[in-house]
Amino acid sequence: MLKSFRGRLIVIAATLAISVWYFTARGLKLGLDLQGGIHLVLEIDDPEGTFTPEARADAIDRAERIIRTRVDEFGVEEPLIQKVGSDRIIVELAGLDDESRAKEVINQQAYLEWKLVRPTTQIDQALERLDRAVVVAIGAEGLREMGRATTAEQSTSIESLLFGNPDSAAADSAGAGEGDADADAAGETGDPAEAAEADQEDAAQEEEEGELDLRPFTNLLNTGDVGTYLVDADDVDAAEQFMALPEFQRALPRELSLQWGWDSIPRAGRFYRELYVLEEEPFLTGDQLEDATANRDQQFNQPQVLFELNRRGGRDFQRLTAANIGNRIAIVLDGEVVSAPVVRDRIGARGTIDLGASDFSEATDLALVLRAGALPAPLTIMEERTVGPSLGADSVEQGRIAGIVGVVAVILIMLVYYRLAGLLAVVALAFYLMLVLGGLSALNATLTLPGIAGLILSIGMAVDANVLIFERIREELERRRAPRTAVEEGFGNAVSAIVDANITTLITGLILFQFGTGPVRGFAVTLCIGIVASFFSALYVTRTLFLLYLTRKRGSDPISI
Amino acid sequence: MWLFHGAKYGFIDKRRKAYVVSAAVLAAGIAAMAFNLFTLGSWQNFGVDFTGGALVQVRFSEAAAATELRDALGGADAPPITRFGEDNEFVVRASVQEGMEIDEVAAGIAGQLAAAFGSGAFEVVRQELVGPKIGEELQGKAALAILFSLVLTLLYIAFRFEMRFGIASVIATMHDVLIVLGLLALARIEISLPTVAAILTILGYSLNDTIVVFDRIRENLNARGGRREDPYKLVNRSINETLPRTVLTSGTTLGVLLALLVLGGAVIRDFTLVLILGVMIGTYSSIFIASPALLEIQKRYGAGESRDKGRRTRRMATV
Repeated sequence: MLKSFRGRLIVIAATLAISVWYFTARGLKLGLDLQGGIHLVLEIDDPEGTFTPEARADAIDRAERIIRTRVDEFGVEEPLIQKVGSDRIIVELAGLDDESRAKEVINQQAYLEWKLVRPTTQIDQALERLDRAVVVAIGAEGLREMGRATTAEQSTSIESLLFGNPDSAAADSAGAGEGDADADAAGETGDPAEAAEADQEDAAQEEEEGELDLRPFTNLLNTGDVGTYLVDADDVDAAEQFMALPEFQRALPRELSLQWGWDSIPRAGRFYRELYVLEEEPFLTGDQLEDATANRDQQFNQPQVLFELNRRGGRDFQRLTAANIGNRIAIVLDGEVVSAPVVRDRIGARGTIDLGASDFSEATDLALVLRAGALPAPLTIMEERTVGPSLGADSVEQGRIAGIVGVVAVILIMLVYYRLAGLLAVVALAFYLMLVLGGLSALNATLTLPGIAGLILSIGMAVDANVLIFERIREELERRRAPRTAVEEGFGNAVSAIVDANITTLITGLILFQFGTGPVRGFAVTLCIGIVASFFSALYVTRTLFLLYLTRKRGSDPISI
Repeated sequence: MWLFHGAKYGFIDKRRKAYVVSAAVLAAGIAAMAFNLFTLGSWQNFGVDFTGGALVQVRFSEAAAATELRDALGGADAPPITRFGEDNEFVVRASVQEGMEIDEVAAGIAGQLAAAFGSGAFEVVRQELVGPKIGEELQGKAALAILFSLVLTLLYIAFRFEMRFGIASVIATMHDVLIVLGLLALARIEISLPTVAAILTILGYSLNDTIVVFDRIRENLNARGGRREDPYKLVNRSINETLPRTVLTSGTTLGVLLALLVLGGAVIRDFTLVLILGVMIGTYSSIFIASPALLEIQKRYGAGESRDKGRRTRRMATV
């Protein structure tokens, strides 16, 4: 009896020591809802389904590694980056100052390409075909709904064009041959402000004549620098829509692509986006990048990124720049042209990317993502939860107060109702709480707000176990059993109910853990740990405390319960 | 102190009245779900977790009226705006159209508010964006989780007790979950992830309570002469014997939950409310639904073979 009693005390002391050690050494990590932060669920963006399942799994593996590198460099403490299933990544970052910047660093594909800029004349020659492709694809109704056609007569004209009715439309279409296209382009080119005016004149003229607007795409283009068009910021959406059409892509001259510049350019009081004419095939990609660092250019003190290519990339770059002195080379990041400097000289393994008038942080972030490498595919945000630090702090404060009040209420009820036995139960509960905190720390679980609720609920279950035992002891005492026997019988009779009740709740907890994500999972973890701890504390610790209490008194003395 | 000790209430005699009460509440809940289906388009007020969409919570430095926000966000076309706890904090929910980045929606709301109130007048304290795909998956997962835990507990109880105990406890649990769902539909409380967690906790709590009563019934059945006793009397006696524990445990849990409700803040208010409802209903159902269900099953299908588990549980007592 005494020997097993000593063994019990050793087990309890050891468990307590381990719990305290884990809790003090690792501490309890607060969830995003409590300390503020961002939770992202990312998925590979592949609407066309071009990835095979294996390629997808491989891409997500690589994406996870790259995101981890980026986040580490970004300097977030204890980030959680986790692959879920075969095509999702969960990223959780706590205690951030600037969520949107972090999001950009994580989510940016950072696919870097160098492409040669081609003269716009190569596109000018194809404009007629491109316009027709747009008209065919969208139709008169569609264009009118977009506000890209103006007069009522137009629909009939377009139909006659499409179905080959030999009137003015047909003549127009026939006349718009090679020579006409050049004239057309010439008419459109010039100063953007003038061009806008010309546009208006054109429109007025067309309305007078009731003629068809045959150039839905051409009308959006104004002349820009070498190899670029300027598109009014208001027209960008329409142009993007046109360019996304498969008919448009087919009508585009081979080996050419149209890509947007990333900045807006103010001119004559309006904003324009540059549309670059580029060679479709890049002659160099970010794969060949060895290093990237943020810098300021010495002349204008504007942010830039210095890059260094590996040996092969450097050789290619040298060869191509030597052959293209005087031409422009576009640096394309994720499909948008960041800058397009004119090649003045042969360039070796080192170069710069000018970022224009942007924040220096943009340069550091870009250098960071370029160093970490490009994501194998663009990622879309499936789910995002951002909690500001102030809301988190409020929740912690409120949760703490509620928790303290709840625990104090439990302690008072137990003491008033069960007196000394109640005190034993309270000691066992304190042990239980330490065990839960240690368990949560050991499992590296995060404490979320629902987690606190789960904790408080499992305190309820721990209390319940003690109540079940004490009620049984009272019943046995009522049957005039000796105190020692009554305690033994009381514990014995309560075991089956405690076991069954705890196991069924544990089943629910485990299922919650299996199916739940984020906050629900946190709840499930605290609930499961809480149940195991309450089981141990009620059946082992309370019992040991009772034994301790019974050894200190004579067998026939009444017990305080 | 020993409350309700030696109580001799006729719980089982009142079971028909309890059936009527339960049926009435269930019917009201189902009617509310149907009403919601016609007026809201879904049987519950599902939050962005389930429907997909954007949720932006803003905290103004001074008190503001919901109507001001509504005007700033497009008047009649404004997305649903609800006050969150204090009168300077609001939640705006917006749906996400297809092909739209969820990011843009939230940025748009913040932008519109900044244009109307000035960018320093408020702070975005929480932002949740859930893609429609995730929401759909979640609905399936939640239903599956409830189904799974019901089946597993049924199996466990059938193994530890007898089949009829398992069926009776599952009936009681389903009763509780349905009533809570009905009340949620009636009050149009938003169903979010934490609400689902709360419903699942109710499932666990209700079972816990039922099992304590069933454990006593099992014990009394296996005691000398238990099988010969009138089952109605035996069940009623068992409920009365466990009544002190039922009252104390439920009372303590409710006390803790009330502390959470009053002091825990707005973030977990709905969550706590669902738990409080669940604890009350779970306590009621283990007395008035689970135990009578056991008797009704026995009346119709017999007691089944008795399985002597007494010795086994005794041995576990010396753990």
